Amino acid sequence: MENVELLFLNIAKFIFNWLQSIGLSPLWADFVMLVIKFACIAGIVTVNILILIWLERKVSGFIQQRLGPNRLGPFGIFQTVADAIKLLTKEDIIPSRTDKFIFRTAPIFFIIISLMLYIVIPFGDGMQIVDLNIGVFYFLSVGSLATIAILMAGWGSNNKWSLLGAMRSVAQMITYEIPLAFSLLGIIMIAGSLRMSDIIAAQSNVWFILLQPIAFITYFIAATAELNRGPFDMPEAEQELTAGAYTEYTGMRWALFFLAEYTNLFAVSAIAATMFFGGWQGPFLPSWLWLPIKAYLIMMIFFWIKWTFPRIRMDHLMSFSWKVLIPISLANIILTGCGIHLFRWMGWW
Amino acid sequence: MLTDYATIGLFMLLAVLFPLAALGLAWAVRPKPQDTPGKLTPYECGVDTIGPTWIRFKVNYFLYALVFLAFSIETIFLYPWAVKFNSLGLFAFVEMLIFITILVVGLWYAWKEGALEWY
Repeated sequence: MENVELLFLNIAKFIFNWLQSIGLSPLWADFVMLVIKFACIAGIVTVNILILIWLERKVSGFIQQRLGPNRLGPFGIFQTVADAIKLLTKEDIIPSRTDKFIFRTAPIFFIIISLMLYIVIPFGDGMQIVDLNIGVFYFLSVGSLATIAILMAGWGSNNKWSLLGAMRSVAQMITYEIPLAFSLLGIIMIAGSLRMSDIIAAQSNVWFILLQPIAFITYFIAATAELNRGPFDMPEAEQELTAGAYTEYTGMRWALFFLAEYTNLFAVSAIAATMFFGGWQGPFLPSWLWLPIKAYLIMMIFFWIKWTFPRIRMDHLMSFSWKVLIPISLANIILTGCGIHLFRWMGWW
Repeated sequence: MLTDYATIGLFMLLAVLFPLAALGLAWAVRPKPQDTPGKLTPYECGVDTIGPTWIRFKVNYFLYALVFLAFSIETIFLYPWAVKFNSLGLFAFVEMLIFITILVVGLWYAWKEGALEWY
């Protein structure tokens, strides 16, 4: 049990010691370790998207009383692999009137941002690339950069659908960023730290979902909108805007956008698991299995909601955040503050 | 030992390699037929595109951005306060309540003036 729990940490320690024994200085050994860790993240991201797309298509199939993909491999699990190969062999069309530099860099920028989010995700006990002292703040600020990537894609495409989709997306993402940031404040007030490991440690007795249920609901709704997922998928409403900001993209460039969206989805769910569901803590199983289990369960809720609710109209979408979510999340902060002071005054905490 | 932010910087440089590798692989295996003028026109459901795309846009987006700016600065104030909440005591809490109240008044004003209406 102990060995299983420490499996990856022991492998990392072994490689680090081996690198030093062949004469690398600690700094260079650290650098090589970072390259290995990056390769692991890239592997996790790639395998994750293959599973996630298959899972989403399967879940949506079952929700709509269909079978979903079922031809390639048992239960169709190789469907996304075949899709990836198909996208790889598609020709790359860059329309003549685009802003070529912005058009080409937008997908690269998007995927870099979503990979950067994985730095602060605690995949297990001590399994984090950097346990940053401002972890939560880093996650929010890097995550908000995705807005720029989508705006670049929409503007660079020189296409009306793209521009409309990008503009809607930017408006929606900046609007929902505020409740997203506010909803995590209550947790930080209780935990007293922005460091992911401290927040997980603060949940050793009780998960924050029980102390901050309102915060979880606002976080979940705001995250759905941040990810441009249904029912908040106005920016790429395929029935009216073809594919929003991604209309002009083909082949691998389009695939990078798709990859980045699912990468973000896993990151947001993993952070939700860390902030509200005790992170990697759990009985019996090793810590590096608990976080993916929790993150996948949260993602199942994302899928469930996406395939259950119809798309929401743009003006309703915007006024919902400004007139409902932001007042609720502000009230939650005040409520948390009053609660903490009341508990301290009563001497319960 | 690498410091935290050096690690993040190096990780970002490595992250650049990931999409470049994917695009390079796609470049190696994809077909590269001759481009024709029709293929390179913007996709607008098969109709020739009319008028420029890069025009002045609706003012609504700008108003949202302004209100967003006020709130994102508030977020920056609230985060350090929330971290130190437990050691600051009741005085800081009341002070932050006043700060939030001022912002709520601002939100109410924007609401009243119709900046939050989408039309």
